Amino acid sequence: MTADKRLTHDDVVSSLSDGMTIGIGGWGPRRKPMSLVRAIARSSLKDLTVVSYGGPDVGLLCATGKVARVVFGFVTLDSIPIEPHFRAARQAGSVEVTEYDEGMFYLGLLAAAWRVPFLPTRAGLGSDIMRVNPQLKTVQSPYSDEQLVAVPALTLDAALVHMNRADARGNASFLGPDLYFDDVFLMAAKQRYVSTEQIVQTEDLLQEARVQQLRVNRSMVDGVVDAPHGAHFTSCEPDYPRDEGFQKLYAGSVGDAWPGFLARFVDVDESAYQAAVAQ
Amino acid sequence: MTLDATLAEYCVVACAEAFRGDGEVLASAFGFIPTIGARLARATFEPDLLLSDGEAYLIANDVPLGGTDKVVEGYIPFRSVFDVVWSGRRHVMMGATQLDRFGNQNISTLGPHEQPKVQLIGSRGAPGNTVNHATSYWVPNHSRRVFVEKVDFISGVGNDRGAVGIKRIVTNLCSIDFVTADRSARLHSVHPFHSVDDVVAQTGFPLDVSDVSESRAPTDEELKLIREVFDPNGLRDSEVKQ
Repeated sequence: MTADKRLTHDDVVSSLSDGMTIGIGGWGPRRKPMSLVRAIARSSLKDLTVVSYGGPDVGLLCATGKVARVVFGFVTLDSIPIEPHFRAARQAGSVEVTEYDEGMFYLGLLAAAWRVPFLPTRAGLGSDIMRVNPQLKTVQSPYSDEQLVAVPALTLDAALVHMNRADARGNASFLGPDLYFDDVFLMAAKQRYVSTEQIVQTEDLLQEARVQQLRVNRSMVDGVVDAPHGAHFTSCEPDYPRDEGFQKLYAGSVGDAWPGFLARFVDVDESAYQAAVAQ
Repeated sequence: MTLDATLAEYCVVACAEAFRGDGEVLASAFGFIPTIGARLARATFEPDLLLSDGEAYLIANDVPLGGTDKVVEGYIPFRSVFDVVWSGRRHVMMGATQLDRFGNQNISTLGPHEQPKVQLIGSRGAPGNTVNHATSYWVPNHSRRVFVEKVDFISGVGNDRGAVGIKRIVTNLCSIDFVTADRSARLHSVHPFHSVDDVVAQTGFPLDVSDVSESRAPTDEELKLIREVFDPNGLRDSEVKQ
């Protein structure tokens, strides 16, 4: 008897609660678990702390009022350098931030995954990252006089990542060029969810992936969500590239266009969303 | 005879010059002109540089901007980039919204950080880059709005705050180095079509102008590489105004 960890989008959202710290995998506008992000965006969840190598996941959750704080090193759509919804939220003062160097961010997740209180680095020294994060402390090396930044463990209540293939038990592969930090997000979290383009039989996991791409194993995962095209409009290579046209529509929806965008693409269930974007 | 080079081509060569002497390190460049510059440096005077495609691969051959005919010589996903950053074997050329005379760089926020007047992209890897390895900047719009007395937020640290070394700032007007006693900015060379006075007028901090030359012209070989190999579609011209 083996565990079947398949869940619906709604199952995942109902396991989350207000005020949680939620890590979101992917990188910028690349392989983001957007169907889960959309499910949160249309839920009643609020006051979330979102931890992300930020792309439209951060922007959409800010625009829908879900976010109290963003922990980030950048938020970008790549072909559109500044995420417009994140920018709008920041300039309106509606979200607080913990801004890190992107390497510090990685070390914070890694410290949480390894269950150590901090990891040392030179990144951050001398910069205003130290000024705007007074909680950050430095430590002296026990072996020399060198001072290093002690990046505190960035423990997550929940992590959401999107993988190309997974089995029902939570083994999962990436098929594109980069795993990004998805395994580390999962290991840093208490509740761990993988959405996937396609759920396959365990014996079929290596049909498309090389074993070196089978980087998420079932001990790192609590729930698996069937989500074909679930990373849309971010890229999910090699299954599909970024939908630049839709990204432009999204980026242009700040302000007056927002209610229309919300009604058509956010306040609808996932199948209605996929039908709407297929048009 | 020397072909007539455009301003964009002078900028490419000035970016390439930033990587001179670097040896076997990862040259990471952002923007069309710095990317062409890094590729040009490797194709000519700095053959040991490593270049990535900005995605996850180290590319061994001379490919045009956006080119897909790649000879892959290595795998460098984002996580491995941090390994290279922290090893020190890298020279990055980043953009900057603001820079001061020691090369402190801002790409985070304009105005107060709590509620910025303008939210920018965020500090990215700039804090870690600058204290681990050589850093240069590319500024396609040299003005007093960019070159300021004091930056609103220190993302990348300057030579007065622990940078390993801010090497060059290449702009649409000039090339700036930091070869001074206190490692502050010095005007290295001015591109044709512009004067020292233009640069000084457009710079919001005092610039050492004691030893300024005219920026080096591209050689015929370099022009051929820029025009025929690296940027046949002329993307470089979209980044600077002639």
